[in-house]
Amino acid sequence: MTDIDERVAVGGSVGEEELEHALLQPPPRRSVWKSFLVEVIGPFIVFWLVIGVWYFISYRLLKPHRRFLMPPPHRVISVAFFDDRNRTELLHGLWNSTKVAMVGLAIAIVLGMAFAILMSQAKWIERALFPYAVVLQTIPILALVPLIGFWFDFNFRSRVIVCVLIAIFPIINNTLFGLLSADQGQHDLFTLHDASRSTRLWRLQLPAGMPAIFAGFRISAGLSVIGAIVGDFFFRQGEPGIGKLIDNYRSRLESEKLFGAIILSSLLGLVVFWVFGFIGNRVVGSWHESARKQS
Amino acid sequence: MTDAVPTSAIPRVPGVETLAPEGERTRPSADASLVFDNVSKRFPDGTVALTNVSFDVRPGEFVTVVGPSGCGKSTLLRIASGLTGASTGSVKVNHDSLGYVFQDPTLLQWRTVRRNVELLAELHGISKVERRKLAQDAIDLVGLTGFEDKYPKQLSGGMRMRASLARSLTLNPNVFLFDEPFGALDEITRERLNDELLALFQSAGFASLFITHSIYEAVFLSTRVIVMSGRPGRIVGDFQVPFGYPRSPDLRFEASFSELTGQVSHALRGAHS
Repeated sequence: MTDIDERVAVGGSVGEEELEHALLQPPPRRSVWKSFLVEVIGPFIVFWLVIGVWYFISYRLLKPHRRFLMPPPHRVISVAFFDDRNRTELLHGLWNSTKVAMVGLAIAIVLGMAFAILMSQAKWIERALFPYAVVLQTIPILALVPLIGFWFDFNFRSRVIVCVLIAIFPIINNTLFGLLSADQGQHDLFTLHDASRSTRLWRLQLPAGMPAIFAGFRISAGLSVIGAIVGDFFFRQGEPGIGKLIDNYRSRLESEKLFGAIILSSLLGLVVFWVFGFIGNRVVGSWHESARKQS
Repeated sequence: MTDAVPTSAIPRVPGVETLAPEGERTRPSADASLVFDNVSKRFPDGTVALTNVSFDVRPGEFVTVVGPSGCGKSTLLRIASGLTGASTGSVKVNHDSLGYVFQDPTLLQWRTVRRNVELLAELHGISKVERRKLAQDAIDLVGLTGFEDKYPKQLSGGMRMRASLARSLTLNPNVFLFDEPFGALDEITRERLNDELLALFQSAGFASLFITHSIYEAVFLSTRVIVMSGRPGRIVGDFQVPFGYPRSPDLRFEASFSELTGQVSHALRGAHS
């Protein structure tokens, strides 16, 4: 048996070998020039534009006595990153916030997925629980902050809890959406062969949901960094994180260090976002349409 | 086609309003692979999909049901497979030996062709070594050799359908249900797959119940063609196909073939008006 049908379907002029070859090869890569333009030139130009605008504001728009509002880039780098004491302080704060964010994210992933898996098992469970997931998303976390401090003290634990509260909703929502995304036909197939609930979950629902689940991880990874920094503002016991440093620098008008702290925390957010994007691509990139195009 | 028929349209007592279309074999054979006995189906929303459908599929038979879209043909298969229940009447079939080829290939996108074809054996707890062999045999049989490690999105529509067919073949069923499997394919691919399906039918010796809206496909494949009316679906024609197997692709151009498709078409039009 051959595959003449596909070949004929594509067009009479296509030779058999040629088409088989085409089907068995990876798709052709973008031209080198085009990918260079997309990957390198564009971001490069925008980066220097931003730096240019920054200098313009620092030296043209601001009078010297107000320059602390936006110190020029080289000052930020030399004060915040080349001064040993400042750099150590910043990196130490960054590391503490990273710990809070990662522990919070890990807890949010475990709890959020468990919550979503539970809801995916029966419509009535979903109906009963989903409103609370939405409430989690809609109450202003800041309103809860005093209560959290009251109950759990003003230390690491409370910072992690804020982080979990901020990061959990996208995980619940995306995991649930993902688990429910398998086709009816695929479900029928599993039904016909008497698949158990757990078989259906592991072999059908979870793999089908992976693209959505990883999209949720990426969003939550970014939120967990925000959560860690917000938590620092309110829960100041224990080792200070970068959020506490930001607040200190603000009150002391140390704007170079303030900018340094902002840059570092943005980098942290970017790195976790990128890491989860990378893992997601590894997991679903080979089969999912959209995965390759993102990041 | 959502016109709801009043409840009274379905006879509550099975067998009261049995239709006797031309050539219908009224007594089901004792050794039939699949028997529909007076099956009716009414959906919860009141739509009546099937009324008083009775026929059987015997070993070695290839029965095709043609009918306008929305006439409940697919419901027939869903009832046969147990995916949904009949409202009245009964179906007799051995569920352990049932192959079901869906309208869509329903392949799992995250699995390669090989792992997709292995799926059913996996669900039935067959050992890894054995299911790999079953899968390879089925893949070779449908002509997908060399594409084992491709993902569904890398395949053409025809090849996806072959993979889906291979998946059902792994469990070596005695009865095959086909729900318009080639409906979404272009004419040429469809004819090619028809030829190959017949080759499989002859060598594997399963009984088939095939659903389609193509009269040509129905006559070309089958030993028997059943014509259903529009909703509510009921049998309005029943034709024995006199051509033996193997069937040459050129059968489609013979006068006797055209004559039979003409008759089926006529029955279908009669049902539609």
